[in-house]
Amino acid sequence: MENPARRASTPPVAATRKLWPGALAMLAVPVLLLIVGPHLPAYPLRILDMILLYAILGLGLNIIVGYAGLLDLGYVAFYAIGAYSWALLASGQFDIHLPFALVLLTGASLAGFAGILLGIPVLRLRGDYLAIVTLGFGEIIRVLMNNLDGVTNGPQGIARIDEAHLFGWTLSTPDDFLYLLVGMLVVVFLFVWRIQASALGTALSAVREDQDAARGCGINTTRVKLVAFAFSAFIGGACGVVFAAMQRFVSPESFTFWESLVIVLVIVVGGLGNPFGALLGATLLILLPELLRAYADYRLLFYGMALVIIILARPRGLIARQFGPSWLMRRLGGGKC
Amino acid sequence: MGALILQQTINALTVGSIYALIALGYTMVYGVLRLINFAHSELFTAGAFIGLALAGALGVAGHPTGGLLVGFITFVIIGLAGVSVEIVAYRPLRGTSRLAPMLSALGMAVVIQNAVMLIGGRRPLIYPSFLPSGVIDVFGAIITYKQITIFLVAVILMVALELFVNRTNLGVRIRAVAENAETASLVGINPNMAISLIFFIGPGLGAVAGILYSSFYGVATFTMGFVIGMKAFTAAILGGIGSIPGAVLGGFLLGFIETFATAWMPVLTGGLIGTEYRDIFAFSVLVLILLFRPAGLLGEHVSEETIVYKSDF
Repeated sequence: MENPARRASTPPVAATRKLWPGALAMLAVPVLLLIVGPHLPAYPLRILDMILLYAILGLGLNIIVGYAGLLDLGYVAFYAIGAYSWALLASGQFDIHLPFALVLLTGASLAGFAGILLGIPVLRLRGDYLAIVTLGFGEIIRVLMNNLDGVTNGPQGIARIDEAHLFGWTLSTPDDFLYLLVGMLVVVFLFVWRIQASALGTALSAVREDQDAARGCGINTTRVKLVAFAFSAFIGGACGVVFAAMQRFVSPESFTFWESLVIVLVIVVGGLGNPFGALLGATLLILLPELLRAYADYRLLFYGMALVIIILARPRGLIARQFGPSWLMRRLGGGKC
Repeated sequence: MGALILQQTINALTVGSIYALIALGYTMVYGVLRLINFAHSELFTAGAFIGLALAGALGVAGHPTGGLLVGFITFVIIGLAGVSVEIVAYRPLRGTSRLAPMLSALGMAVVIQNAVMLIGGRRPLIYPSFLPSGVIDVFGAIITYKQITIFLVAVILMVALELFVNRTNLGVRIRAVAENAETASLVGINPNMAISLIFFIGPGLGAVAGILYSSFYGVATFTMGFVIGMKAFTAAILGGIGSIPGAVLGGFLLGFIETFATAWMPVLTGGLIGTEYRDIFAFSVLVLILLFRPAGLLGEHVSEETIVYKSDF
């Protein structure tokens, strides 16, 4: 028997919900950045670029840590693989000068491949053990970069990297990179958001909540974790290529354990598993040290204190997991959720 | 050849003693809270710096007996610092998630490291040795009194800890809380007391290790904790995290692996893999042990449940 009252209280969702208010609200941020960004002086613009870069890294790492619940403390390894791809394939080091678009794809793919290679043996581990192995992997990559003098030029790093050209557009000033990074951010944001909403995302949250139950439901846990690892590593690699093109200099110094931690902090402070969280976290974590610059030597001390205080105050991050893009769409779109 | 191997054994025992002392702090904290205490390595550094300051204040630099006094006071100071760190940064987060205390620990590590830098300066400081000088020649291997002292101090502290944990009332409480904090509180044990005790002893031992380390190498830098801490943590995993004898075994084993691999790899590979890969050996051991025997050598079999974040992630 159908209950007419119940039926009346739940109208078909699609009929009342509009998509455009949420989409407009989210589009406002990149549009605003593109309008305001180029008018900023060089120094704030550079910081804005770094915020965008870390936001993208955070979005990428979120797939592993936030969605799948696998703590990766060696994410910087993928970033480094991407950066060294551009440094080696577009500089005088081996006198190879490949186009930027090609290396962006190659570097990201190499990182993704490294993610799969690392993932195959380590994904049997969980929790802290996985965290430690990935940390070890990150350190091994850094030590290799430091010591393979013949390839990576050791601790001196690789300087005089080519200027990047993307389909005839020269990427040299912070403005150019702002456009590139905003573009990347939009693409990566949509990608990670739709992953979260997809069958894969559901499988990943099942793995996060209870791996054995997920397996019981017929989810191939190893495969979904590998896919998550590969996507995450791919995004990290792409960021690395952009970083190297932006700095036009790479050295192992830039890829320490600390860097991995900053990216983890970006998503934890912002809110784990929430794409908005990564944006907020990156803004805070990159802006904070700049704001504290006036305190010179005390800067990192205050930074550490601020981290502890933020985590003590909001152990689950500033924006809770459920208040993600899908929530915003529902909220602004009207209708019942 | 024999002398060379003997020499390397002695060197391995020296490094191993220091790894083991630090590893104890990691393993005890992990055993009770399942927390990687990233601040531990910075307390090790802080210990070395406080030892240095005390030596100046008391005017005992270079005296082994003065060193004993300095070691004791430093133990207490850093022990209290460890207790405060736990109360301020970890205790409020207990029961929230596994990730939050770990990142709070990282924040504390940054705070402590920079506090040490602000007080002690950026530049490496020359460290007066608290260890007796002199050497003995055993079958062609040169053993310094420093090395013997480091080994002896480490062994004495480890034996004392073992006795404390296994033979005293407080030790029983610690083990009970490590086993199961909830059940322990049912029989009238205050878990916070046991946890504070652990955060006193662990960093205290680490601080002594810091003094020994800096005395041995004659230098102290504010950044020295990180790599040593990573290796000590590896040692704790190698032995089986949560196990006290495991940390000791892991510390010495890592000392041996590192010393011998660094000495022989360049020879075996014809110079292809040089001594600069020293740190890679430690991390490779770490990765391999976790892949093939995640419970470590002496660790009880850890059911996956205890190491999984579950929904609290």
